[in-house]
Amino acid sequence: MIRFLLKGIFRDRQRSLLPVIVATIGVMLTVTLFCWLNGFLMDSVELNARFSTGHVKIMTSPYAKNIDQIPNDLALTGVDSLVLNLKKEFPGMKWQQRIHFGGLIDAPDSKRETRAQGPAMGFGIDMFSGDHSEIERFNLEKSLRRGKLPEHPGEILMSELFSQKLKVNPGDTVTLIGSTMNGSMAMSNFKIAGTIVFGTTGMDKGSVIIDLKDIRNALDMNDAAGEIIGYLPGNFYDEVLAEQVVLAFNKLYPPSEDKYAPVIVTLSQQNNLGKMMGQIKQVGGFVVFVFVLSMSLVFWNAGLLGGLRRYIEFGTRLAIGEDYSHIYRTMIYESVLIGIVGSVSGTIVGLTLSLYLQKHGLDLGSMMKNASIMMPSVFHARITALAFIIGFIPGLLSTVAGTALSGIGIYKRKTAQLFKELEA
Amino acid sequence: MLLLCVSINAQNPSARELIEKVDKNMSAESRVFTSKMIIHNPRNTRTIESKSWSMGENKSYTEYLSPPREQGTKMLKLDNLLWIFSPETDRIIQISGHMLRQSVMGSDLSYEDMMEDPHLLNHYTGKTDGEEKVADRNCWVITLTANTEDVAYQTQKVWVDKEHFIPMKKELYAKSGVLLKRMELSDVVQIQGRWYPKKILFKDVLKEGDGTEFQIINIDFNTKIPDYIFSKASLKK
Repeated sequence: MIRFLLKGIFRDRQRSLLPVIVATIGVMLTVTLFCWLNGFLMDSVELNARFSTGHVKIMTSPYAKNIDQIPNDLALTGVDSLVLNLKKEFPGMKWQQRIHFGGLIDAPDSKRETRAQGPAMGFGIDMFSGDHSEIERFNLEKSLRRGKLPEHPGEILMSELFSQKLKVNPGDTVTLIGSTMNGSMAMSNFKIAGTIVFGTTGMDKGSVIIDLKDIRNALDMNDAAGEIIGYLPGNFYDEVLAEQVVLAFNKLYPPSEDKYAPVIVTLSQQNNLGKMMGQIKQVGGFVVFVFVLSMSLVFWNAGLLGGLRRYIEFGTRLAIGEDYSHIYRTMIYESVLIGIVGSVSGTIVGLTLSLYLQKHGLDLGSMMKNASIMMPSVFHARITALAFIIGFIPGLLSTVAGTALSGIGIYKRKTAQLFKELEA
Repeated sequence: MLLLCVSINAQNPSARELIEKVDKNMSAESRVFTSKMIIHNPRNTRTIESKSWSMGENKSYTEYLSPPREQGTKMLKLDNLLWIFSPETDRIIQISGHMLRQSVMGSDLSYEDMMEDPHLLNHYTGKTDGEEKVADRNCWVITLTANTEDVAYQTQKVWVDKEHFIPMKKELYAKSGVLLKRMELSDVVQIQGRWYPKKILFKDVLKEGDGTEFQIINIDFNTKIPDYIFSKASLKK
């Protein structure tokens, strides 16, 4: 029967062409949007995890509350032993100390007086201990535009845009003016080893990367760090696993009277990422719903038109004794077949488009200038296993729903009048 | 009744009279002093020693003597500009504007608090509110309101010792009426014919911690200070 119906669909192009095209376009849009939203979410999560949130982050409670102000006076102390303990208790995880800081970068003239000055956001990361994971996480080798990566204490990296603004080059010395952990003014000279492009607007505006030991000396933060960042095994964020780490950590370090005791948060509890992840999932569901609804209306309409065109056919089939429900069922089967054909073709086109977006991305840097959370400038699509089947939901549902609605008219045909109608 | 009111008011000295007497004790043509700042932060207590030279209201120079991390740091303030020299970087950095209201070395004092010696009479008008006891001393309570724009605190409430004409306590308010700082002055001694408090407890009420004790180790008034002290060249010497 399926072969019979398929023959009918393909031989009668008026019956199949428009529905297949509509289903293909709808499914293609669904698949592409799904992949793009997926990519948007994963790019943002990955970027935040690498640069800012980790998969879990340990701070002091007051630091966490005022994190936007980068309050290093509220930083964790005794961090070397804390990290040693964490490495012992959570052997599969990677733990990194980081000092996030703000300050001014001052570029001197030949008389060593201020020539240019600009506010900087800084990252103190481990670059010289021999563990290259932070260099890889910040993608420093690939991001390098000019100069080289720091090789000696006192060398820093600066964002390319910032270096252009201050008119400084690799090899030049600049002064970091910041605040020590005790609130004193801190001034330290650093040599620019190289310039980098992060690929995220906020960070490209004015960032510097300094070795952890150097920034500890500069900001008087011996054995202290603003944040300890943890990465889950496999380097992939898993909410359930992160929650388990939080529970285990809280057993090891139960809430105490000490205001500066360490507290732990997951990625989704930071930077509004949990809210964003939830919203994007909701948007994904909404996209599918909108396509199901709008395509159903199109198919309903197409079904009504088809019903008019096939008025005589249905009349004849009823006249020769075919049952109402059998005709209705065959129409539904036809719509399922059209839905499958449209879904397959739409998925193929959608995945091809997504593959292109996965490779080349879409540059939205100009729209991200005032983004409050860390977002990449170029958004890539991301094809997942679900992308191969997601299109079948609107593809099949809408064709079936549209046909089911329009096919109800069959039941209104009266057999007593059939011959009169056919004669006419 | 009217006569009684007049006689009570006649007993209260005017705010102007009190400010003049306070200025006479607290301000000078020039001052050279060595001081100790004990900063009680929520997590630790630090002590910073420095030597300062000041002339009039607008020239001030400070060199930090200890701890080792701060030693050799020098600050020069001329009018509304401040230059800081850091020996570690061998650089002189200029700060101005609102930065002058930032904390000095994490203390409860701002650069303005630390380096300015304003004659109250030049910047404030006041009224006498009454009398109160502070640290067992009888004081006049006066409220001062700024009549110039270039002051850090729009309003000051001052408790003036009736005998020595020294502020025993001050409350410093912003334009919005928000209390910014409290000062408690003590260890009043007579130096070169004037009464002067050798200890001031500053408390920035917007900041955590138990405040900053500012202790004068020694002080000389109206001594001659060479002009080069108040030049940028002296910062690198």
